[in-house]
Amino acid sequence: METTRRLFLKSGVLAGGGLLLGFGLSACTEKGDSGPVTAVTDYVAISSDGIVTLIAKNPEIGQGVMTSLPMLIAEELDVLWANVRIETAASDDKRFGAQFAGGSMATALEYMPMRQVGAAARWLLIEAAARRMKATHDAFTTKAGKVRHKDGTTFDYGELAAEAALLTPPDPTKLTLKDTKNFLLIGKTQKGYDNPKIVRGEPIFGIDVSLPGMLYAVYLKSPVYGARLISCDLSAAKAAIGVKDVFVLKGTDMHGLKDGIAIVATSWWYAQAARALLSPVWDEAIGKLHDSEIYSKTANTLLRREGEVKEKRGNADAALRSAAHTFDAVYNVPFLAHVPMEPQNCTARVTAKGVEIWAPTQQPNEGKALIAKTLSIDPATVTVHMRRCGGGFGRRLENDYMAEAAAIAQKVEAPVKLVWSREDDVAHDFFRPGGHYRVRAGVDASGKLAAYISHSVNFTRDGKIVQGDEVAGNAFALTVAPHTRVEFSKIETTIPTGYLRAPVSNALAFVHETFCDEIAHGAGQDPVAFRLAHLDSHIDDYNGDRFGGYNPARMRAVLKAVAERSGWESRASGNGEGMGVATYFSHHGYFAEVAKVRVTDDGKWHALKVWAVGDVGNQIINPSAAKNQVEGAVMDGIGSISQEITFSKGRAVQANFQDIPMMRMPQAPAVDVQFVLSEFPPTGLGEPALPPVIPAVANAIFAACGVRLRQLPLTEQDLKAAIEAARN
Amino acid sequence: MITLSVNGQARQLNVPDEMPLLWVLRDELDLKGTKFGCGVAQCGACTVHIDGEPVRACVTPVGGIGDGKVVTIEDIAGSRQGRAIQEAWLELDVIQCGYCQAGQIMTATALLTQNPRPDDAAIDVAMEGNLCRCATYKRIRAAIKSASGQPVDDTRNHGTEA
Repeated sequence: METTRRLFLKSGVLAGGGLLLGFGLSACTEKGDSGPVTAVTDYVAISSDGIVTLIAKNPEIGQGVMTSLPMLIAEELDVLWANVRIETAASDDKRFGAQFAGGSMATALEYMPMRQVGAAARWLLIEAAARRMKATHDAFTTKAGKVRHKDGTTFDYGELAAEAALLTPPDPTKLTLKDTKNFLLIGKTQKGYDNPKIVRGEPIFGIDVSLPGMLYAVYLKSPVYGARLISCDLSAAKAAIGVKDVFVLKGTDMHGLKDGIAIVATSWWYAQAARALLSPVWDEAIGKLHDSEIYSKTANTLLRREGEVKEKRGNADAALRSAAHTFDAVYNVPFLAHVPMEPQNCTARVTAKGVEIWAPTQQPNEGKALIAKTLSIDPATVTVHMRRCGGGFGRRLENDYMAEAAAIAQKVEAPVKLVWSREDDVAHDFFRPGGHYRVRAGVDASGKLAAYISHSVNFTRDGKIVQGDEVAGNAFALTVAPHTRVEFSKIETTIPTGYLRAPVSNALAFVHETFCDEIAHGAGQDPVAFRLAHLDSHIDDYNGDRFGGYNPARMRAVLKAVAERSGWESRASGNGEGMGVATYFSHHGYFAEVAKVRVTDDGKWHALKVWAVGDVGNQIINPSAAKNQVEGAVMDGIGSISQEITFSKGRAVQANFQDIPMMRMPQAPAVDVQFVLSEFPPTGLGEPALPPVIPAVANAIFAACGVRLRQLPLTEQDLKAAIEAARN
Repeated sequence: MITLSVNGQARQLNVPDEMPLLWVLRDELDLKGTKFGCGVAQCGACTVHIDGEPVRACVTPVGGIGDGKVVTIEDIAGSRQGRAIQEAWLELDVIQCGYCQAGQIMTATALLTQNPRPDDAAIDVAMEGNLCRCATYKRIRAAIKSASGQPVDDTRNHGTEA
C-alpha cells in the first residue's frame, strides 16, 4: 500500500471567532483510505479517490454538531454528502479556537467560519485547476466534488488535491459564499453521522474506551461536600478479588480532585464490589447546617425582609400602591441533577512523556488545564481525546472525573478507566441551584403592567452568587413595566452548583412566566393577548446579548404563530383539560409554547400535547435534528417538573433513578414543532425550547383545575390536596 | 469456569457467579455496545436478550444464566425484527446522544418479536423501563410502528380538539 502523504499549509486567521483555519490535503491511496485524520489539525482532507474527510471541531453530546458543522463546510466546498467522512477534532484550542458544547453557541459561532473553511478549500481546488489550464479563476465552476472549466474540461477534487495543497490559501473572509437559495445541504436533513454505528452498538462513547493492559477504577468520596478524609483501613479492599491496588488521594480542588480512596482492579465490577469493604472516617462537620429544610426556612424569612437592590426603574412601590390590581406571590424551585445517561468516566494513561486522556467532556481544553494543575505538570504534555458523550446537559462542562482519572493513573503502571456509579453521579453533581422568589406586580386601570418587583433568594459561595444562578434573568415583565425593582438576598451553601441545560432560564422562566399568567387572569385578560399588548410597549433591551439584544417583534411573531397553530382562540375546556401558554427568550432563541394537560381529581396530571414555535434566525441547518432538539427539550422540561434533589447534613438525599422521576415513554406528550424564519443570523437549539414549557404546563394545570402551581416539584399528593382545597 | 452462549458463540469465563452479565459483556468479552446506566435495573440501558426475553444485564448474575442464549446489540441484526428496528431507527433519525439506544433497540426488538403490530398502549408498556434522557420518545414510538409496518402517527388521546 502506498504511503499516505499529508501536506500542510500555513494557517490564516478568520475574523470574528479568532479561529485558525487549517487546510490540509492528504493525497493518498487506494480504497478511499485517507489515513488517520484525527491526529491532524486541519478541517479538510481530500483523498485521491474523492473521499472528503471533514473535521467536527466541537464535542458531540447529542446536540448534533458532529453532523451540522461539517455540513456547513461541505456546502461551500460543493461535495456530495455521501462522499464525506467525519472525524472528531483533536482537543487543541490553539488550532481550533474554543471547543465546547455549551450555551447553544456552536451554530451562532460557527455558521460563518465553517462555511468560510469550505469556501477556502473550494477556492484552492479551483486555483489548482486554473494553473493547470493556465486559465483564470472565474472560468471555473464546481459541483459535486468536481471542478469544471467552461470549455467542459472537468477535474475530480481528488486529482487536484495534491496541487491545491501547495497553494497559499486565500483570506477566507474575502470569499463570496453561496447564495442561500443555492444551498444543497444546509436546510436539508442529513441524518446523524454516528447513527449507523450507534444502532450496531459500536464502541464510540467515552465509557467504551479500551486500551491494552487497561485497569478499572472507582473513586470513593464523602457524600458531604467539602468533607475531608481522616482515616481508612484499606487492607480488606486490597485483598479482594480482582483488586490491584487501593490508595488514598488528597483533594486539591472543588471542581477537580477531592479527597478520596481509589480502588483499581481488573474489572470495573471488582473495583465496585471492593468499595463495600471500605469504611472511611470523614470529617463531615462542614455539611452540618446545609439542609433543604433549613434553606427553606431561611429563605422564607429573607423574603419577608427587603433584599439588596440590584437594579431599579422608576418608583415601583408607589406604582404598586396606586395600581388597580395587585399581585403578590412566592415561588420556588428545587435543586436538580443532570444525570446524563452515560455516567461520568475517563480513561487516563500517564507515562514519562505525559498524560493521555480519553473522555466524554463538554470542555476538553479546560480539562487539559485542570489535569495540568492537579498533577503540577506542563499543560503541553496533556493530550485529551474527545469521545462522543452519552448526554451532557451541562454536567460535563465540569471535568472533575478527568482530574480523578489522571491522578489515579499517575500512581498505576497501566492505563486506568475510571467509571462513576450512578450513585456517584447523583451524589457528586454540580446541581442546578434551587431558588426562592417573591414577585409582586401592579396592573393599572387600562390593564397595563405598571409595577413589577422581583426579590430572589440566591445561593452563594464565599458571598458570590453560585454558578448556574442569577437574580432575575430574562424576565419579560421587567422589560415592559415602567416601574421595576430587582432585589436579592443570599444563602451561603456548600453544595456544588453548575449549569443545567438552559441554565438560569430553566428556573426563572417558571417563576416569571407563571406569574405573568396569574397577572393576566387576575386582570381579566387572555394570557396571549396580555403578552402581545405588552410586547407592543416593550421598554428596554435585555443586556449582554451579542446578537443584538432582545427583539420584541421576534417574540410577537412566535407567540402569534403558536396561538394559531394550537387553536388557542377556540380552545376547548372541561374534561379536566386545560391549555397554557408561555414565552421565553434564552440562548438567542425566541420560543413560545402552548401545552395541553389533563388533570384528574386524584392529583395525576399528564401533558397531552405541546406546540412549540421558535425563531432561531434565518436558517435551520439540519431540520430533522433541529426538531429533535426541540422535541427533547420540551420533554426534558416537563420531566423536570417532577424532580428535585434535597440535602440533609450537606449531602444529597436522592441516590439513583428510583428517587428521580424521569420522563418515560407513557408520559411523553405529542410535540408539534414549527420554526419561524426571521432575518437574523442562525443560532442554536440545544436549550432555548426548554424554559417556556415549564410555565406553559403550570399555566395549563391552572386552566385545567384552577390550581396555581408556584412550587416545584409538583407531586400527585400536593396536586390532589390543592384540588381539594380549591373546592372547599 | 463458566460457559456462556453470547451471540451464538460459546464463551469461556473465569469470573465469579455473581458478576453481573453487564460487566462480563463489557470488561471480560469487550462487547461495549451494552451500556451501563444505573446498575439497579431502573434505566434499561443494559438491556440484552436471554432466550429472546429482554433482561437487564446489570442485575443478572452471570452464574444463573446457564444454557440461556444471550444476544446483545452487536448481533441484533441477526434477527429479522432487529434489522427492521435498526433500519427504522436510521430512517426516522431517532438518535440524539445515542447512549440509551442500544437498550431501546433491544427492548423494541423483543416487543416486535412477541407482538408484530404493537399499538400505542403496548408500546407504552413495553418501553416504559427504558429511559432516554434526551427524550427521543416521539421518534422511538414512530420507529417501532414503522418497523412493524404501521402508520407512524401517535394515536393516543391528545385531548379534546378545538
